[in-house]
Amino acid sequence: MKKVLSVVVLLLVCAVTYAGGYRVSLQGQRGLAMGHTGVAMVNNAELAFFNPGGLVHLEGKLNIAVGGFGVFSDVKYQNTEFGQSSQTESPTGTPLYLYASYNLSEKFAVGLALYTPYGSTVEYPTDWAGSHLVNNIDLSAIFIQPLFSTQLTEHVSIGGGPILAIGGVNFNRNLSRNLTDIEGNRSNVEIDSQGLTAFGFSVGAMATVNDKLSFGINYRSRIDIDVEQGDGDATFSNVPDSPLAPITNGTFDFTATLPLPAEWTLGVSYKATDKLTVNFDYNYAEWDAYEALDIRFLNTDGSLALESINPRNYKNASSYRVGAQYDVSSKFVLRAGAYFDESPVQDGFFAPETPRNDSYGFTGGFTFNVTDKLAIDASFLYLTFKEIDASYDSYIENGQRVPFEGTYKSSAFAPGLGLSYKL
Amino acid sequence: MKKYFNYIALPALALGLIACEPEFDNDITENEDFYTSGSADFSNYVAVGNSLTAGFADSGLYITGQENSYPNIMAQQFALAGGGSFSQPLVSDNTGGLLLGGQQIVPNRFVLATDANGNPGPARLAGTPTTDVTNILSGSFNNVGVPGAKSFHLVAPGYGNVAGVASGQANPYFARFASSPNTTVIADAVASNPSFFSLWIGNNDILGFATSGGAGVDQTGNLDPSTYGSNDITDPNVFASVYAQEVAALTSTGAKGALVNIPDVTSIPFFTTVPSQAIPLDETTAATLNAVFGAYNAQILPGLASFGVITPAEAAARQINFTAGANFITIQDEDLTDISAIIQGPPFNLDPITAATLSQLRQTTNDDLIPLTTAGVLGTIDEDYVGFLVSQGVPLEQAGLSAIRGVSRPLQDQFVLTTQEQALVTAAQTQYNASIQALASANGLAFVDARTALQAVANGGVAFSAGILSSQFVTGGAFSLDGVHPTPRGYAFTANAIINAINSTYGSTIPGVDIGNFATVTISNDVN
Repeated sequence: MKKVLSVVVLLLVCAVTYAGGYRVSLQGQRGLAMGHTGVAMVNNAELAFFNPGGLVHLEGKLNIAVGGFGVFSDVKYQNTEFGQSSQTESPTGTPLYLYASYNLSEKFAVGLALYTPYGSTVEYPTDWAGSHLVNNIDLSAIFIQPLFSTQLTEHVSIGGGPILAIGGVNFNRNLSRNLTDIEGNRSNVEIDSQGLTAFGFSVGAMATVNDKLSFGINYRSRIDIDVEQGDGDATFSNVPDSPLAPITNGTFDFTATLPLPAEWTLGVSYKATDKLTVNFDYNYAEWDAYEALDIRFLNTDGSLALESINPRNYKNASSYRVGAQYDVSSKFVLRAGAYFDESPVQDGFFAPETPRNDSYGFTGGFTFNVTDKLAIDASFLYLTFKEIDASYDSYIENGQRVPFEGTYKSSAFAPGLGLSYKL
Repeated sequence: MKKYFNYIALPALALGLIACEPEFDNDITENEDFYTSGSADFSNYVAVGNSLTAGFADSGLYITGQENSYPNIMAQQFALAGGGSFSQPLVSDNTGGLLLGGQQIVPNRFVLATDANGNPGPARLAGTPTTDVTNILSGSFNNVGVPGAKSFHLVAPGYGNVAGVASGQANPYFARFASSPNTTVIADAVASNPSFFSLWIGNNDILGFATSGGAGVDQTGNLDPSTYGSNDITDPNVFASVYAQEVAALTSTGAKGALVNIPDVTSIPFFTTVPSQAIPLDETTAATLNAVFGAYNAQILPGLASFGVITPAEAAARQINFTAGANFITIQDEDLTDISAIIQGPPFNLDPITAATLSQLRQTTNDDLIPLTTAGVLGTIDEDYVGFLVSQGVPLEQAGLSAIRGVSRPLQDQFVLTTQEQALVTAAQTQYNASIQALASANGLAFVDARTALQAVANGGVAFSAGILSSQFVTGGAFSLDGVHPTPRGYAFTANAIINAINSTYGSTIPGVDIGNFATVTISNDVN
């Protein structure tokens, strides 16, 4: 036992947070501890996220799962040709979730989910080597979703519900690699827009073949967070006092669109023994929705003041996830998992505001059943990114592409804690 | 529960918090051997020189210029291989102006401003400078670049004596940070006990002559620099002697270093921006002017040649011809025979005013260099001359027509650097550079061929991450608005050239900088 635990401890050593792009795969302690799987497993109210089609299978009348994570992530950058180096300033993210499900009958359940599947917080030192692309960025989206779930046939249940997404973006970068005011302060723009709303949905289905084997599928639709004129402020500062400057100091309206891509999940769960369950999930995220982060700055009359064209050209990407749960005792459940997360970022489009390359995640965690009704869930995620030489080639200066190149290495650590309650 | 918690949570939490920093396989900041200093030691780098070393630009010294001085750029790169901190005698603001006891003695810097029609051009930045020369800085500095310094000034006691600034005996920039009134630039540099130095001096030993359009004197043969004027060319033997003295002082502590040679004056936009063919004329005006100079071309010059007063070659070179379109400028060339006296006598019998105009008259050729400062003069009316002519009884209208600078009123010598004057500059420069290279070689120091590097910038430009760096005034990116000193990008280019020479001499692996990250000319409409 001690040996097993040592291995688990090793697996838990570090933890990282993000899945590809700005998707944050931290939607439940139990799912995360098993490699963020769960589309085919009936465990607790986390199903409201992983597969609302399974909610009807939850034991008891009422199921609640609530929790959160502390995300400690770091990105290091260096360029050996010019001797430049930088490191992000360890922003701490706190993705939260709340899931509730209520069984109206044996064949019908309703639920509510609140979760934060997208977000990105990256803070580089101001005026670092890539500050013409990003100084800092904070993307967030909270999804609020009423749900239903029903047993269609003996083996098949379905569920789903509409999603209200509330998004916000704060993004700061310098206007160019070298424009300053007379005192040498770098010309800068910060865009900020909060409380943006958009709608989508998710649907899922679960097929319970027998006591041991079940399959699941879940689909969450694409949601575009649109910033329209009047929705936010773009504040330009340190722009030199000259008609030759691209814009003037002050606040402008802006428009932009940030797509939150659709995601498919297929999975299988197999109860190998009374104590051991294994999961395999496959995610397919339709990241090709993220073609560009184009920002149009508008004058008060709505005419275009300045345009920032930033191609992203993401590709659709898969993740492969495995996880296992072992019931050590009636009080204690141990979980471990791993996944491979393919990056949606293509060669030449590696922008430092989302410095994500392919990654391997290792997860673990446990549940301690305090009573029959209440359980404490804990998990860790450790995500290893390979060191990568990458460049962003679409920055244009004087009509010429100026690649931003370098070596990146990312890591993160996300311990999480939650409660599960059933009545 | 407690048992499990101890097993899992505590170690995981502890390890997680400690061990999750991402690590590069080969981190440039943590691996001390990633960049190496070779046989050099960059722990205390001291830069010695003139305005170029100080980071002077746009005709002024200001903080952001100093921050982008080539020594400061190099010091940031040296820091990757054992380089220490680099202190500079920063001025107080970004105006570029200087005060002496509250009185402004150096005007504010240039910025690129737009006029009422939106056309960009250099203009003086508004505002009152706050850098007072009498406010003397304490401490020693790694950058001892002194704007205006010539080779022999670096070893001249009292060059930093604030009491001598007003009379021109001392240099206001050095007075600000000289360790004592009677110290020398070199003494202060050596007192810092440099482990590594750079020396770039001698530019002003020819540049003052060149930018003044050759108004100074070529002092070749005069070995006493205390008798030189500010626009004179320093004797090459004087240069070689003081330069050797400076190198000996800087290497006396065992320091290694880099010596930088003197670029061509034809590499800087101050001399390449205004074309020699700068006078636009329509056909009627050209015909009128040709009629005015018809006798000079057809009778006076051939006549003087036949008398043997001037050579046939000079007679040919002095022909004045205007056509519709762009025309060469008329100048008084000191190197031509002064014919004013002889043409007042028979057979020409010209009046003294006309004789004065024709005395050393010729038109420029493509080989003459027109200083940037001449642009503001061309085609304007010389009002003093109009007044003089009117006082001599010339009708006002005709006086005005006779006073158009560069056309009917030939430019004086200081407005053009003629081919003869260029030859004097080049002769001195060639000897200076030979001395510099020989001393680098004799002392095992890095030799930086800035002359060749800047020739490349001037002749077609040098490619970098966002285009071509060239010497084109305003738009080329390499030179600031005074047409002489580099922009931050130009200084970064220079820093790379020096780093390259250091690396190849000392086997170090200091990385260069991406010059695209450095600014070019400063735009602002906050001007007077």
